[in-house]
Amino acid sequence: MNKDEFREGLRQGFPVIVAASPFGALFGALAVDNGFSIADAVFMSATVYAGASQMVGIELFGNHVQPWLIVLSIFAVNFRHVLYSASIARHIRHYTPIQKFFAFFLLIDPQYAESERRAERGLPVTYSWYLGFALIIYFLWLVTTAIGAVFGQMIGDPKAIGLDVLLPIYFLGLVLGFRKRDRFLPVVAASAVASVAAMHFVGSPWHVSIGALAGVVLAACLPGERAEREGEPVEQGS
Amino acid sequence: MDEAQHLDLIYVILAAAVATFATRVGGYVLITQLKHIPPRLEAALNAVPAAVLTTLVAPAFVYGGLDVAAAMVVAFAVGLRFSTLRMLLAGWVVVMAIRYAFL
Repeated sequence: MNKDEFREGLRQGFPVIVAASPFGALFGALAVDNGFSIADAVFMSATVYAGASQMVGIELFGNHVQPWLIVLSIFAVNFRHVLYSASIARHIRHYTPIQKFFAFFLLIDPQYAESERRAERGLPVTYSWYLGFALIIYFLWLVTTAIGAVFGQMIGDPKAIGLDVLLPIYFLGLVLGFRKRDRFLPVVAASAVASVAAMHFVGSPWHVSIGALAGVVLAACLPGERAEREGEPVEQGS
Repeated sequence: MDEAQHLDLIYVILAAAVATFATRVGGYVLITQLKHIPPRLEAALNAVPAAVLTTLVAPAFVYGGLDVAAAMVVAFAVGLRFSTLRMLLAGWVVVMAIRYAFL
């Protein structure tokens, strides 16, 4: 364990906490609203640990949907993580099996995005950094879930205090972080159009998988930018 | 909720946790079966972050209402120069201003 890298991870987790905490609290409040006890809500945050799918889960449970369908829906919402774990493999091959177990358990959207960004800057995705970043977010997710479950009614409408814009803006910031990659604009354009169309015609949560697939398939089909400009520096101006 | 229902809930949560973990380890298991990663697959994997994260942004921009869209435009402009934390602050200020100052 490298203390400096662990601390660096903790520090970089801070913006994530700002963006995600209202949703931890919102989840806790909604869970209690749907018949969960405070302990149930924290238990779900601690074991599933995937915000959007947890919201879907409590909503379905509150509507007395069959158990297998609840689990299948949560699986569908979380399906994008398959892409994350395939993509992050390049950076964490050197982890021990136990380290990998924890790394995959804690592999949420910001964890994946920050790991990729770190690798892109040429820094090693060390286990110390990974764990520091992950644990501060995990811990705060449990705490805010509990706070939301206890004080649920006091949060009221998240829209009234402007909390609903935080998550999309946070993800927008993550997207911007990848703007120097090959094929960035076509990939973003394809995923944006496909996800908006899928949201309209198919509905949530399928817009995530469909939109992501559009961008990824397009990237695989486009001719390689690097190969064409061989000899030129790959650096692109911003 | 009675005892049996509560036990059902615990089972549902545990099954959901296993299903979620499967998605988080599945891609790794599949990709490490390959000895050599073909260039097209490499290109596809490189596109994953922008592709997935865009699907969490674009629908919110289109269907989230004009106030959210305006906040995201301002946050985008801020994000070209400044940190994520400032994007969050700028977007929040814009959405609160629209919701309260102009009503």
